[in-house]
Amino acid sequence: MTFPIATSPTSSGQTSTTPSGGFVVETSGLHVHFGRVRAIDDLSMRVAGGTICGILGRNGAGKSTLLSTIAAFRRPTSGRIEVDGDAPFENARLMSEICLVRESGDFEKGTTVGQVLELGEALRPRWDAGFAERLVERFALPRRMKAGKLSRGQRAALAVTVGLASRAPLTMLDEPHLGMDAPSRYAFYEELLADYAEHPRTILLSTHHIEEVASILEDVVIIHRGRVLMHRSAEDLRSEGVELTGPAEAVDAVTEGLRTLSERHLGRTKSVVVFEPFDGDRARRATEAGIDVGPIPLQDLFVHLTSDTNDATSNNGDTSDETRS
Amino acid sequence: MFDDRTPIYRQIADEIRHQILTGGLAAGDQVMSTTQYSTFHRINPATVAKAFQQLVDEDLLEKRRGIGMFVSEGAADRLRTRRRAAFVDDVVGPMMAEARRLGIATDDVLDAIRAVASTTAAAHTVTAGDQP
Repeated sequence: MTFPIATSPTSSGQTSTTPSGGFVVETSGLHVHFGRVRAIDDLSMRVAGGTICGILGRNGAGKSTLLSTIAAFRRPTSGRIEVDGDAPFENARLMSEICLVRESGDFEKGTTVGQVLELGEALRPRWDAGFAERLVERFALPRRMKAGKLSRGQRAALAVTVGLASRAPLTMLDEPHLGMDAPSRYAFYEELLADYAEHPRTILLSTHHIEEVASILEDVVIIHRGRVLMHRSAEDLRSEGVELTGPAEAVDAVTEGLRTLSERHLGRTKSVVVFEPFDGDRARRATEAGIDVGPIPLQDLFVHLTSDTNDATSNNGDTSDETRS
Repeated sequence: MFDDRTPIYRQIADEIRHQILTGGLAAGDQVMSTTQYSTFHRINPATVAKAFQQLVDEDLLEKRRGIGMFVSEGAADRLRTRRRAAFVDDVVGPMMAEARRLGIATDDVLDAIRAVASTTAAAHTVTAGDQP
């Protein structure tokens, strides 16, 4: 990548393990159980430093539990988490350097917007007050209003403001754009990207609204039932899922032996979603047989991958994805 | 802005190629920076970097360290030569396949091409004054 490298060393004064300006996040065999519920169930992943990584999953997949455990809000039941090489739980060095903002914002009802910003400045060593001020203005947040009186969208905008202005080497935003209107969401994406270019850091962004954030992500981790279903670069995901539509027999012939995610029929026409790189010879043969080959939107791919009927196929042969660096 | 069926980096690369081909970007011109592209289109900078890299590999852009990306000398000519070489495969082939499906005789296709060519040539003469 071609943008400037952050000059600030880690607070401990040690050489950072992540020259690109952002903490590496690694989990292995992670479990977080609530009684008999395995919210996180043997989850292993490695997020490279300085990337914007999407944590995608359906409702209840374990996204929020994962992020709050990485943020040391709770102790893992078992397994390992490392942020910048250390376990985050009860770790003083990492506490101010990991920032998690949740959709609700976690603000005290009686605290004003201005006080929330003052608190951020006091707690976060890399806080940029000028940037926070600009965001407050851009989101039109009333400085003297108490958090409890803010609308849902305003609360989300305040949470995003705190998350971005903290400039934490690991910044996690849990469903940050829920409740924000479209202009605010666009403003959020623009501010995030512009500031990330100036101050590269690791950003984990959880969402189940994929289409809109897909393009700002470099990496995508899909979580399903407390595990990593898939970890790819967003561009690879985009080019690996293709939809083949054409005469049923011809489609069957070219997709034989390939991993398919869904099938639909319309008369003698058959449409199959294939999850494998589909180019060169294969694509040429398909086109010659009168089959239309088209990539599918990330969101559709996500729906196919996480639909319960696909569990068997999805869990096959995908273990290598989890170790992708 | 982007269609969601094609990798975004490819769409950005296509957009820049088009600008080079039509003269919107001339040899030696600086291309918008990764950050400018990223925030303007609201896309990840790594995606922009991938598009730039593809164009560097194709000899269309060159990186000047610490300054940015610039259109290479002769980029438009290179692009035009490649497009011409691919013209039969990319344009004429599919057109004739469609003509066959519709039962249009080759002579009728040729007549249609001549008719279209003469009207676009006339249109071209009118606007030719603007061309350098």
